[in-house]
Amino acid sequence: MSQLAILPILVPLLAGTLLLLTRRWIPLDLRRGLNLSAAFLQLALAALLLSRVETGDILVHALGNWPAPYGIVLVADRLAAWMLLITAALACFALLFAVAKGTDRGSRHFHPLFQLQLFGLNGAFLTGDLFNLFVFFEILLLASYGLLLHGGGAERVRAGLHFVALNLVGSTLFLFAAGTLYGTLGTLNMADLAVAVSRVSEENLGPVRVGGLLLFGVFALKTALFPLHLWLPTTYAATSAAVAALFAIMTKVGAYCLLRVGTLVFGPDAGPLAGLYADWLLPLAVATLILGSLGALAATRLRTQVGYLVLVSVGLLLTALGLSTRSGMGAGLYYLAHTTFATAALFLIAELIANGRGQLSDRLDPGPVIPLAGWLGGLFFVSGLLMTGLPPLSGFVGKLAVLRATLETPIWPWLTAAILGSSLLGIVAVVRSGSLLFLRAEGRAEDPPPVSAPLSNILPILALMGICLALTVWAEPVLKLMTEVGEQLLRPGDYIQAVLAPNAGRASP
Amino acid sequence: MNLLFVVLIPLMGAGLTAWISRFGRLWSAWMAGLVALAALGCLSPSVLAAFGGETLIQRWPWIPELGLELAFRLDGLGLAFTAMVLGIGLLVILYARYYLSERDDMGRFYAFLLLFMGSMLGVVLAENLILLLIFWEMTSLSSFLLISYWRHEEEARNGARMALAVTGFGGLAMLGGFLLLGEMVGSYDLSQILQAGDQVRADPLYTPMLVLILLGAFTKSAQFPFHFWLPHAMAAPTPVSAYLHSATLVKAGIFVLARLFPVLSGTIEWNWLVVGTGLTTLLVGAWFALFQHDLKGLLAYSTISHLGLITLLFGLGTPLAAVAGIFHVLNHATFKASLFMAAGIIDHECGTRDMRRVNGLWRYMPYTATLAMVAAASMAGVPLFNGFLSKEMFFTETASFLAEHPMGWLLTVAVAFAGIMAVAYSLRFSHDVFFNGEPVNLPRKPHEPPFWMKAPVEILVAICLVVGILPALTVAPLLQVAAASLLQEPPPSYDLAIWHGFGLPVVMSGVALIGGLVVYAERRPLFEIADQLKGRLDARAVFDHLLARLYTFARAVTGVLDRGSLQRLILLLLLSAIGLGLAGAIGSGSPLTGERPRMPIDGVTLFIALALALVSGATLLLHRLRLTALIVMGAIGLMVSLLFVKFSAPDLALTQLTVEVVTVVLLLLALYFLPARSPAESPLWRRLRDLGLALAAGGGAGALAWSILTRDYDPISDYFLANSVPGGGGHNVVNVILVDFRGFDTLGEISVLALAGLGIYAMLFKLHLPGPMHNPLGRPWNWDRHPDIMAALARLLLPLALLVSVFIFLRGHNQPGGGFIAGLVTAAALIMQYLTNGVAWTHRRVSSNMHPLIAAGLLVATGTGLASLVLGYPFLTSTFTHVHWPVVGDFELASAMIFDLGVYLVVVGSTLLILVHLGLMHSASHTPAIEAMRGTAWKS
Repeated sequence: MSQLAILPILVPLLAGTLLLLTRRWIPLDLRRGLNLSAAFLQLALAALLLSRVETGDILVHALGNWPAPYGIVLVADRLAAWMLLITAALACFALLFAVAKGTDRGSRHFHPLFQLQLFGLNGAFLTGDLFNLFVFFEILLLASYGLLLHGGGAERVRAGLHFVALNLVGSTLFLFAAGTLYGTLGTLNMADLAVAVSRVSEENLGPVRVGGLLLFGVFALKTALFPLHLWLPTTYAATSAAVAALFAIMTKVGAYCLLRVGTLVFGPDAGPLAGLYADWLLPLAVATLILGSLGALAATRLRTQVGYLVLVSVGLLLTALGLSTRSGMGAGLYYLAHTTFATAALFLIAELIANGRGQLSDRLDPGPVIPLAGWLGGLFFVSGLLMTGLPPLSGFVGKLAVLRATLETPIWPWLTAAILGSSLLGIVAVVRSGSLLFLRAEGRAEDPPPVSAPLSNILPILALMGICLALTVWAEPVLKLMTEVGEQLLRPGDYIQAVLAPNAGRASP
Repeated sequence: MNLLFVVLIPLMGAGLTAWISRFGRLWSAWMAGLVALAALGCLSPSVLAAFGGETLIQRWPWIPELGLELAFRLDGLGLAFTAMVLGIGLLVILYARYYLSERDDMGRFYAFLLLFMGSMLGVVLAENLILLLIFWEMTSLSSFLLISYWRHEEEARNGARMALAVTGFGGLAMLGGFLLLGEMVGSYDLSQILQAGDQVRADPLYTPMLVLILLGAFTKSAQFPFHFWLPHAMAAPTPVSAYLHSATLVKAGIFVLARLFPVLSGTIEWNWLVVGTGLTTLLVGAWFALFQHDLKGLLAYSTISHLGLITLLFGLGTPLAAVAGIFHVLNHATFKASLFMAAGIIDHECGTRDMRRVNGLWRYMPYTATLAMVAAASMAGVPLFNGFLSKEMFFTETASFLAEHPMGWLLTVAVAFAGIMAVAYSLRFSHDVFFNGEPVNLPRKPHEPPFWMKAPVEILVAICLVVGILPALTVAPLLQVAAASLLQEPPPSYDLAIWHGFGLPVVMSGVALIGGLVVYAERRPLFEIADQLKGRLDARAVFDHLLARLYTFARAVTGVLDRGSLQRLILLLLLSAIGLGLAGAIGSGSPLTGERPRMPIDGVTLFIALALALVSGATLLLHRLRLTALIVMGAIGLMVSLLFVKFSAPDLALTQLTVEVVTVVLLLLALYFLPARSPAESPLWRRLRDLGLALAAGGGAGALAWSILTRDYDPISDYFLANSVPGGGGHNVVNVILVDFRGFDTLGEISVLALAGLGIYAMLFKLHLPGPMHNPLGRPWNWDRHPDIMAALARLLLPLALLVSVFIFLRGHNQPGGGFIAGLVTAAALIMQYLTNGVAWTHRRVSSNMHPLIAAGLLVATGTGLASLVLGYPFLTSTFTHVHWPVVGDFELASAMIFDLGVYLVVVGSTLLILVHLGLMHSASHTPAIEAMRGTAWKS
């Protein structure tokens, strides 16, 4: 039964490997089919997994049949399953767009890299081992580097260099942190770490705190938290839309780790180290929120602007998670899903807009009328609503949930002011872009690109928006589920017991 | 059930209307009319109940978790506003059918209009405050779409953006206010909130909540100082101005004041804020209206003034004032909508709205002129028209204020002044346009519009008259139920008669009428004053200035942080790491040094440590000479592997050694394309800064290491030592950890290696770099590329090296070695062939296509894990057995060895992939033949 927990990792690994093996031998359409089937299979698996753990069960898969904490374990709880579901759904539609748009024609590596990226993502969400998390971070880093460069061009090479160099420093920091924790606590299994942290002697408090905070730094870098946020807008703006859309989940890996480690290892039972992350998270998240909105205002390119809007959503998400309350986590996780899909949709739209403007690309200057302006304008309008959190779509529901959650804290005036203020800046910024791109457009592009199969380009975008619509209509059940996720996280004992207590949720071979 | 559909029908109908316009532009007009009628029809079953004083509430759960329900409410107040929205909406649909020209996209217009209609109905019918807010924001959005309808006009675009920015700001403030209100009452349901007035007013957060909600209401209803967006919204097509910007949208703020009147009013804060704002707006609007030359500009400022009047009434806080307020809302909607429509007709017929050019139209369109003048008379508050009635009530209320407050006379004077100005601008509208000489230079020759374009105006003007003359028979019942539901109690008695007997209100009316005539007659000096005042007190300029400052600020902040510099990124990361580390250490209170007894320092360790420090320092000093620095750096790797040997870790030492060899070769290939010397690019301060940073980071890392090494700890590694042989079947614990205990990590790491190969491949893809033809000293580069002796020797070495790697691989499970090291050895041996024999020679013998090799390796490793999964064990569960081979003897077979084979293949494949393609690029920079070959290799 716990075999289910490893399938979301094995499917992309096998698919990626097969796609790498057969990249010259089978035609493109077949490879596309293989990749798409693997993506949709992961969607089904994630849904199945979520339905299995929804009741509160925690599935544990002990790799190599070695008991925790000695071997590596995969742990599927509500949070992990939810993240897997978001990832898989996002992947399906990003891939459909890449196929429709022909993004995957650039080189034969796109398909294997895509699946290996999913391998990294799913692994990071499922692993219960700190060092194994490091390994999956590396997979993610290199797969995303390859995807980032996909299609070539000086801008991408430059952005890729920045991305990879910065993240390698981050990886080193991760090793320092993991080494420090292992060096003082003697274990790498996260559940075991939680137990060890709760019993840590006063003498060892220092190194453990340092290790934990260095780890915080690594996760903050991944999730683009102030002051480590600057890489995100340039990187996301440089790459192709399908890849940028898939990257929408990448920052969430960092947020996930902050949440996982913050609640499990430095959770409510961690004694003197309880809430180690929460104190740092809230102010930094608010700073990210504000700087993101200012950046969105200052942006001179649409894709950079979307990048900064991603920062705004990171800020809002981490503000909610940083509250460390049941409702805050529920609101944050709902918002996480919403913003992932909304961001992805906007990146896809931005590329179609840029393609239709000839030389101007996505620069925010007055330009020609874009082919299919009616469709694209409508889509841009809706995604603008989603991104800025205007009613009546899921952006508003998410923001409302977060705002309500902030009211429970004593510092609510500051948080509410920051959230509402950044919303206003976001609205001003997006309205300006929309007005420039669609209302102020005159004439036609000099060499209008041939519009090939526009509908198939637009369908994945519509699908992503459809998910947001579904999140709006069924906000109640989703929010309920998210609150249950939050409850489970605030009760780390369940996780620890599932991992460390034998036969509690483990398969016996 | 029907209330939901009253709101949904226009919203859904919008899409239908846009779609149907493809069959012909008029189809959408018919469709829009039908949709509005359908909404009206859907409402009709509930009208009687609401008229009877009932409060209909219908609710469907949506997000109870957030207190958000699809709850609708129909009571007298809602009914009055709904009637206004639907009634005037229908007239506007009819009017716009004739107003829009052939070039305008009718489907889009009607779709936006219906979107607005649905949103506005949502606002006035919402029972849940958050739901109200949702529709509220949707009215702002649809208003944006409608103002910017003529998108080619800059005024329209800017006006739309300004309107959205201002009302969007208000909406967000209001959201904050509603959230607070909801917290106070414990519900967002109006039914509960309206009962909790005392509790709300006593709440410590009453004032901030009030300010936030008022910000929302005031921005929407164009109250000073947020009024400036409304005149700019006049860039919208006139039907939009008539509908949104006089009759409905701008009344939404008033509606919220009315809705929450029983809860929020009755405090000093309410009185001061609302009366103050309303009065200022009343005066500012009335003053500026007179001096507009644009017909719609005059109407816009007059709308602002009337909105101020209504706000002022609500601010007074008395029940009668509230009744007067709601009455004036209805009256203003009728006369102002008809005035806008008349202005639209004039614009339509004359091609301009400038009152300096549009004169003497009486002769051209007497019928329209009559209608417009009747409406203008109502606006001025002339008896027998509906505007008079509510204005009279307004004067009455302010007059009673005079009696109760010592400074009340100020209010009375101000209100009288506003009345005078209202008469004056109404006169200007009538006299300037329809008389006052001849038209000046009009683009078109004006004549009466088509019948159906006048019809909506006729209906509205008729209402003005009928209500004005027979109020008790017409509007009284509606006003009565509206007032009752507004106040949440039976309203005090009031009299809707035209003549109330002689008193201050009548005096004020008279003063206004006569004063207005005088002011209009003597307007010239006033216009001069207005011209001089132009540019002052311009809220729009303040807004533009603030917005520009905001943009400048945003650019400055973003520019300071985001320089697009990698150094900046890494600087911030290091600073953060140092900061976090310090915070962790300082906050803990535990000592730096632990209590573990120190081991004595032995000579070898000391020597290696010193050598490491020395060599690291040398790299730093020599870093400008890149080649030299690289060689020195190689020495660091060697020292580290020596250190591993010293601490009895032969596996690590071997790995380190082979990795070092391969890395140096790789770096050499890359260095070829770079200048031999690094120029000194950073200024001194920057190098000093970096020195400080390096010292802090290095010192921190050292302190951390020290702190860990001096502490005792109890790791899980004993388990590995104990279980390596019985559980993993191998004596080499390091290898068993790699392929068994933590085989999953290794699987991940070989994927990383494969991805690194692919990443470098992707980076080199289509990259053309010129290679230098000679070294820095001017000597030509490699004249003899493949010395024969070396080539021959290397070929001889190959089988030997391969044999070594097989040996290392096979012994790996029990003795130092394993797939990783073996793979590196193989790769090194093959690299040697490339280096000594050239790429072309090697390629004839070894395929350049390494991808299948990598994939096969990954597949083998994954397959090993899958096998155990199929057998019902967790992924990567290993097994082993001993077999006796005739000659070889006892031999152990472990499934982990197959896994190790996968590792081996990936290592060989990835390393060669990187090296071969770097090497190909290397050679390509010299020989065209290689360039061609590289081309074929890239086709992979």
